[in-house]
Amino acid sequence: MLRYFLKRLMFLIPVLLGVSVVIFSIVHLAPGDPAEVMLGPSATQEEITNLREQLGLTKPLYVQYGIFLTNALKGDLGRSIKSNAPVVDEIMERFPATLTLAVLGMIFAIAIGLPLGILAALKQNTWVDALCSFFALVGFSIPNFWVGLMLMLLLSIYIPILPSSGFDSWKNFIMPTIVLGIQTMAVIARMTRSSMLEVIRQDYVRTARAKGISDRLVLTRHILGNVLIPVVTIAGIYFGHQLGGVVITETIFSIPGLGRLIVDAIRAQDYPVVQGGVLFFALCVGIVNLLVDLLYAVLDPRIKAQYRAAK
Amino acid sequence: MNNENGTLFAPSSGRTKEREKRRSPWWEVWRRLRRNKAAVAGMSVVILLVVVAVLAPVLAPYDPNQTNIKMRLQGPSSEHPLGTDNFGRDMLSRIIYGSRISLYVGFVAVGIGAVFGGILGAIGGYYGGRLDNFIMRCMDVLLAIPQIILAIAIVGALGTSLLNLMIAVGISQLPRYARVVRASALTVRGQEYVEAARAVGASDARIILENILPNCMAPIIVQSTLGVAQAILSAAALSFLGLGIQPPTAEWGSMLSSGRQFLRNAPYLTFFPGLAISVVVLALNIFGDGLRDSLDPKLRQ
Repeated sequence: MLRYFLKRLMFLIPVLLGVSVVIFSIVHLAPGDPAEVMLGPSATQEEITNLREQLGLTKPLYVQYGIFLTNALKGDLGRSIKSNAPVVDEIMERFPATLTLAVLGMIFAIAIGLPLGILAALKQNTWVDALCSFFALVGFSIPNFWVGLMLMLLLSIYIPILPSSGFDSWKNFIMPTIVLGIQTMAVIARMTRSSMLEVIRQDYVRTARAKGISDRLVLTRHILGNVLIPVVTIAGIYFGHQLGGVVITETIFSIPGLGRLIVDAIRAQDYPVVQGGVLFFALCVGIVNLLVDLLYAVLDPRIKAQYRAAK
Repeated sequence: MNNENGTLFAPSSGRTKEREKRRSPWWEVWRRLRRNKAAVAGMSVVILLVVVAVLAPVLAPYDPNQTNIKMRLQGPSSEHPLGTDNFGRDMLSRIIYGSRISLYVGFVAVGIGAVFGGILGAIGGYYGGRLDNFIMRCMDVLLAIPQIILAIAIVGALGTSLLNLMIAVGISQLPRYARVVRASALTVRGQEYVEAARAVGASDARIILENILPNCMAPIIVQSTLGVAQAILSAAALSFLGLGIQPPTAEWGSMLSSGRQFLRNAPYLTFFPGLAISVVVLALNIFGDGLRDSLDPKLRQ
């Protein structure tokens, strides 16, 4: 088990290195000189040249990348151009809000999506199935920023029961959670349905039924375990997708999180923050994928057995 | 797919059985698709939208950029069925013109993603080995960055314009096409007809283009249909964040974004553009689902 974990951890390193190259190149492709941005339009040529020197912008790109990478490995992502605070501090300050949102969104997605998919599969080809499936497809298709605005219109303006911005009470989290989780919910519902339909037809399920086990027990003991494996995969993939979704959610509900930090940084051409923020996102996605892989081993005794045998 | 397309239209005087045999696989797909009512409905909506986009100048009652301060923020009326915005521009006309941008961005972005992703996937799948490994690891890197964050970073670097928006959305979709094409290329490359082509001395490029790619068409088409839906959503999201199409261009995402500040007094400014996006994306997704079922009946439950 430990070996499996370490092996997966090793896979993360080249991916993160790759991400650092990609984001470094993207950011440095950008037109506009950070030194000019920092000093504003009134700066003299001399001041700009001095600052460029100071920021290391005169060195060749690969040297700059080398410096960025060595510092990043030491946990230093540079300083924000706008606030002059260390990028790591800015990220850590914003991260709790984003993580809370992402986890709540996932809980919402699973809590609604899983039962919806199970229900649809159990009532296959009835109106219940059609309704659940259509609901899932709609959830997958409507833009989440629109859902956010419409919820706000309904629950903050027409029937004012929820606050439209801020994040100090639990009420602030209800709408953002729905907005963030709705797409994942739809995907989980669809995946659960098709996975259920496959498992229901397996011989061992028929055997269990033939033995006279109650439907409820067959569902919980025999079916669910196998249904969950592909569902966990898709939930893991969508967790990364959902982390991206915080950009929209945080913008709509004015939540000071990581997504807003990156968008604001791009507008302000604050490249160290963009670089550090995207790298941090990739790290989160990588860690989530790692956890999902571990969860597999827990859910699927076959995988666990494989690694026992390999040892 | 191995049949020539020509057989589809070839005159046939034989008995029904014989005609059945001659039908190309595409005909079979179309027959299956036609029986799927939801897919036909989705397809009809998509076709209708393309028609609306093409005929926008004829269909739109007003010039989408004609401002009229006297008529600003009017609710829906017989004169302006969907109301007017804060500059007095007719919302219906703007939504009609907006369909042009959304569809254009959706198709071009997917074109960029599918062509480059497809080529990378085909090369990886065909040659295998280290090259394949390298390409797929690069795709893993792209997948490690949430799609929208990647698109935002690219737009941020290149600057906001229609072309850059399409490039950003296209690149963020690259990996899915690369994966799909690679998977098919892997199964196809061992087939006898590929060996035969190699034996008669066809170049690698030619084998990839003429033997490998046509046999990956089914999954590419399905992926692309669903991809256009995703691309429209991403592009609208970027415009909503102010990083895509800039006002005053009539685009659904940026209309939503500028209507946001009037949410309380003029909710129709955000309601209708959002509804338009939802309808298009929903139609494309339903159509794509139906297409997948008809192209691969084995997957059908």
